[in-house]
Amino acid sequence: MSLLRVSKRAELPQGRVALIRTAAVLLSLAAAAAALAAFGLNPLDIYGAIVEGAFGTGMRARQTVIKAVPLIITSLGILVAFKMKFWNIGGEGQIMAGAFAAAYVALYHGDLPRPLLLPLMALAGMAMGGVWALIPGLFKAKLGTNETIFTLMMNYIAIKFVEYLQFGPWKDPEAGGFPKIAIFPENAVLPNILGVHAGWVVALAAVAAVHLFMNHTKKGFEISVVGESAETARYAGMNITGVIVAAMLASGGLCGLTGMIQASAIDKTLGVGLSANYGFTAIITAWLARLNAVALLFVCVAFAVLLQGSAYIQLAMKVPAAVAGVVQGIILFFVLGSEFFLQYKVSRKGRV
Amino acid sequence: MESFLIAAVAASTPLIFATLGELVTEKSGSLNLGVEGMMLMGAVVGFMAGFNTGSPAAALLGAMAAGAGGALLFAFLTVSLRANQVVTGLTLTIFGKGFASFLGQPMLGLVEPKSVAAFFSKKGIPFLEDIPFFGPIFFKQDVMVYAGYALTALLAVYMFKTKLGLNMRATGENTAAADASGVNVTAHKYAHVIFGGALCGLGGAYLALVEVPVWQSDVVVGRGWIAVALVIFASWRPVKAFAVSLVFGGLSILGLRMQSLGLHISQYLVDMLPYLATIAIVVVSAYRNRKGDLPPGDLSVPYFREER
Amino acid sequence: MPMNDAATENIAIRMENISKAFGAVKANENVSFSARAGEIHALLGENGAGKSTLMNMLSGIYLPDGGSIYVWGEKTSFASPGEAIKRGIGMIHQHFKLVDALTARDNIIIGPGGGLFMNKKELTKKIRAISDRYGLDVNPDRKVYDMSVGEKQTLEIIKVLYRGARILIMDEPTAVLTPQEITRLFQVTRNMREQGCAIIIITHKLNEVMEISDRITVLRKGASVATVETAKTSVGPLIEMMVGKRMDLGIARPSFQGGRVILSLDNVTVAGGEKKSALDGVSFDLSEGEILGVAGVAGSGQKELCETIAGLAAADKGRIFFDGGNILGKSPRDIIKLGIRMGFIPEDRLGMGLVASMDIVHNLVLKDYQQQPGFVLRRRPCVEKAHKIVRRLEIQTPDVSTPVRKLSGGNIQKVLLGREMDSDPRVLITAYPVRGLDIGASYKIYDLLNEQKSKGVAIIFVGEDLDVLLALCDRILVLCGGKITGVVNARETTKEELGLMMTGARQAATGGATGAGEAEAAGREGRGVAGESRRRPS
Repeated sequence: MSLLRVSKRAELPQGRVALIRTAAVLLSLAAAAAALAAFGLNPLDIYGAIVEGAFGTGMRARQTVIKAVPLIITSLGILVAFKMKFWNIGGEGQIMAGAFAAAYVALYHGDLPRPLLLPLMALAGMAMGGVWALIPGLFKAKLGTNETIFTLMMNYIAIKFVEYLQFGPWKDPEAGGFPKIAIFPENAVLPNILGVHAGWVVALAAVAAVHLFMNHTKKGFEISVVGESAETARYAGMNITGVIVAAMLASGGLCGLTGMIQASAIDKTLGVGLSANYGFTAIITAWLARLNAVALLFVCVAFAVLLQGSAYIQLAMKVPAAVAGVVQGIILFFVLGSEFFLQYKVSRKGRV
Repeated sequence: MESFLIAAVAASTPLIFATLGELVTEKSGSLNLGVEGMMLMGAVVGFMAGFNTGSPAAALLGAMAAGAGGALLFAFLTVSLRANQVVTGLTLTIFGKGFASFLGQPMLGLVEPKSVAAFFSKKGIPFLEDIPFFGPIFFKQDVMVYAGYALTALLAVYMFKTKLGLNMRATGENTAAADASGVNVTAHKYAHVIFGGALCGLGGAYLALVEVPVWQSDVVVGRGWIAVALVIFASWRPVKAFAVSLVFGGLSILGLRMQSLGLHISQYLVDMLPYLATIAIVVVSAYRNRKGDLPPGDLSVPYFREER
Repeated sequence: MPMNDAATENIAIRMENISKAFGAVKANENVSFSARAGEIHALLGENGAGKSTLMNMLSGIYLPDGGSIYVWGEKTSFASPGEAIKRGIGMIHQHFKLVDALTARDNIIIGPGGGLFMNKKELTKKIRAISDRYGLDVNPDRKVYDMSVGEKQTLEIIKVLYRGARILIMDEPTAVLTPQEITRLFQVTRNMREQGCAIIIITHKLNEVMEISDRITVLRKGASVATVETAKTSVGPLIEMMVGKRMDLGIARPSFQGGRVILSLDNVTVAGGEKKSALDGVSFDLSEGEILGVAGVAGSGQKELCETIAGLAAADKGRIFFDGGNILGKSPRDIIKLGIRMGFIPEDRLGMGLVASMDIVHNLVLKDYQQQPGFVLRRRPCVEKAHKIVRRLEIQTPDVSTPVRKLSGGNIQKVLLGREMDSDPRVLITAYPVRGLDIGASYKIYDLLNEQKSKGVAIIFVGEDLDVLLALCDRILVLCGGKITGVVNARETTKEELGLMMTGARQAATGGATGAGEAEAAGREGRGVAGESRRRPS
């Protein structure tokens, strides 16, 4: 039938592996270019504008960093869960839950001094995000429920809940009838460090923390073993439920932290648009980084360039910013496909 | 009450298409989590085709082609290139979302042409529509609803009564066994994944063309994911899938109908119901372990004949 | 179809200079092989010799890298199993290729061809006809998941015959059968030979080869060594051809010196699915310096027995005493914390005993880290240990930081065994420790177990090869449907007796001859079968 034959190949040297992966990313950019051209857009102009939009001015570069921060922290959260083969696609909901808790602290205890208020908001956000992820985690641990659907449904529930607050109990009476939640007091807003809000320091610290946690602590080791084989974990005497609880608290906690940062530094209030798809984009970045915290930092910065650049071209060239979503998808498709060529070789079928 | 049930049957139709689409896909051994994405692709292309040509046939064909196209991509990556099905499916969903908002942004707020709307208007089936109570609910609907009934019946017969259906089930249960028996498992997987994708595309198109005939940004809002859960809850059986889709169709419109039903709870809280109910059925499904209710044995397992 | 050639050409299959590589591993190199119609041809070789690979090329599963295949004299190449089936070749794989969720009838008709709809009655009639002709029996409406291993094999044979196969390949067909079932299988095989079929049996068991085959082809390390007529050879030369050197396949069994009871099970019951018990009232004692074999048809409760003792599976009833203290209901973590030294080699090495993607060091850390203080993971103490184990067990590996999945089966097993022995266990539970290993590696494992035994370790050896159980163990415990059907002295029992107990057709008397013989051999007080004496209060 087919003229090609596929066979397993021997282990490839590191260099070839890197080469195939790089080729996949370059090819995906070429494919995305072809797709853009098909819609009558000049891909070179678009790519140029994306870079221009991400780095062109100091302001734009700062915007890129601002977009990288939530992406990095959320991706770290996703990384921890994926390492355990727990398909947490509830990042959106966990961001929202974290933002909600932070908003509660900001709105109801906004009179606290800033050095107390901000850590309190962060703690509340992480706790709430952690709980939001822990619920599907516990069901998975105890009953073996499908976490993919569960975490995803938790997204919608969180969004509906914030919508409910926005139109109901938390509606700002001073917004002139507009259904929106009040702006945070000044004390609840993250300060700037070197021109960008302090979130970037948090993001870098989180990269280091997750790297150490996953590679040099017992819990991190346990998470990896559970992900590899729950049977082995049981055999080695691990408390699997305990491992799942720890991993999901960490995973959701990081996503919740993103929610706090976005609510405090960017939106300065709580709203349904706050998670801005970071929970989904993080799945792509975490996977592209092969669940390695250090690689993840670079992948997320690259994706932030894409996001910021796309936002720029929407304004400058009237091209929908959703182009970023399409390009992201194409990149991941190519990288997923490229894994095949690391394990198999394809040759012309020689009939024997 | 009757008007609520009529609307519930209509609202269940996109779920029926998507659920049956994913059911066929899974039964042949592939776990495609890109249902949401394929529905969105079907919705946007279906609306675009209908808007530009005024032809309902073009709209439906476009929707099917878009869903099938997304599924083809999935099949190529997972069947031929043996990529991780969970991640590929998630990527397809993310890609589908981007694709739909990219294509759909210029169309926001546009209304579909009259010719298309007329085709999808409610038309009773003679005699059947006169059955008391059930008649108006089930047989005074639009063509897509009827197509959903037919599809359910045809799929049930195909899967459990035909030789092809047997080979398809064997492929999903134990790919190596089917392959060793001479079944062309690659063809079976491709065919069913693509067919399933086309059905998801139709489900999405229903939302954009029939339910709300104006283009909006995210018309699917999680229905694709609900469909994935319904497949599990229906134990991979078409008729059961149809039944549970009806229930969820009702739940999904409860929020909008609260006022008319005389209940006064925040619409946003009631809107959570389908999602909460989905969680409930995922939990309940995990409890069951009757052998007849188990997922296909080789679901989401990549197959390579020369594996040792 | 060139079936008309069959009359003139007696050679059903000819394979010439067949080569096949998997990545860097050369599974077959220039192998030649042929089989005649009306003969039973044994393909003999140890694990990893390339027997299954060769036959998988004949059945269209693998595509050869080079060489030619002739079927009934005509040069052929198969792009898929379907094409091989069309040429009348049928293979019964070692791991049955059956769909559990479907009925026997459905399994038989899977495949291309046939009308749109299925005609149940017609099919049932056809199946009956084939069954009667060859002396087979299967219920067409039975779901595969309800079948015993023997029934599944019968179904596989019918499936192949239903498709009109004239060339039958059976891959290790006796591995999972009782001696009585093997006798029956051989009868069916002879019936097929009488009908003019060419039958190829893949095996590594010499006595069976001598019993059933007409000719033998020996493979070694992917190459064909020789083809001989069974009547003109004997076991000795065959071993030499298989292994490449003269070798005594006897196992030197250190005598059991008699030791005190270290592990004692009392009425242990574990619930299984659907009202059946996975383990039902299991009681026995295990002494230091003793190897207790566990025999039984696959799925008779062996897995549950091992896992219950190791604390991995929960029991519903009963008590397990380790050195006098009840450990039933304790998790593996509790057992480690109690300082109980127990080693466990599970059946699923990479899925349970080891982490496939991690290196040797991290796989040692797996057993070690619970004792480390604080929350930081220390890798260094295990590096030295890894080097020691690699040296001692002669593990072939580039270094200690190679992921274990990249090692060969024998070396993977050595890593696992090395780790478990390193903790100086007092009880060592091993489930199918030599499965899939070549003869050299298997004997290395037997030696290591005997070395442990001499040191006074109490060993449970779950096995499937009755010859090995008889040669290695002191006593053999037989499980059938979760119940103990006998505990017998391995020096005195026979395969046939074990076979009867495996199917529950016979129960060894709890007292009487078995107990007496055992007491004599074991040289200790009491009968030890039910172990009701010597129990300490919990």
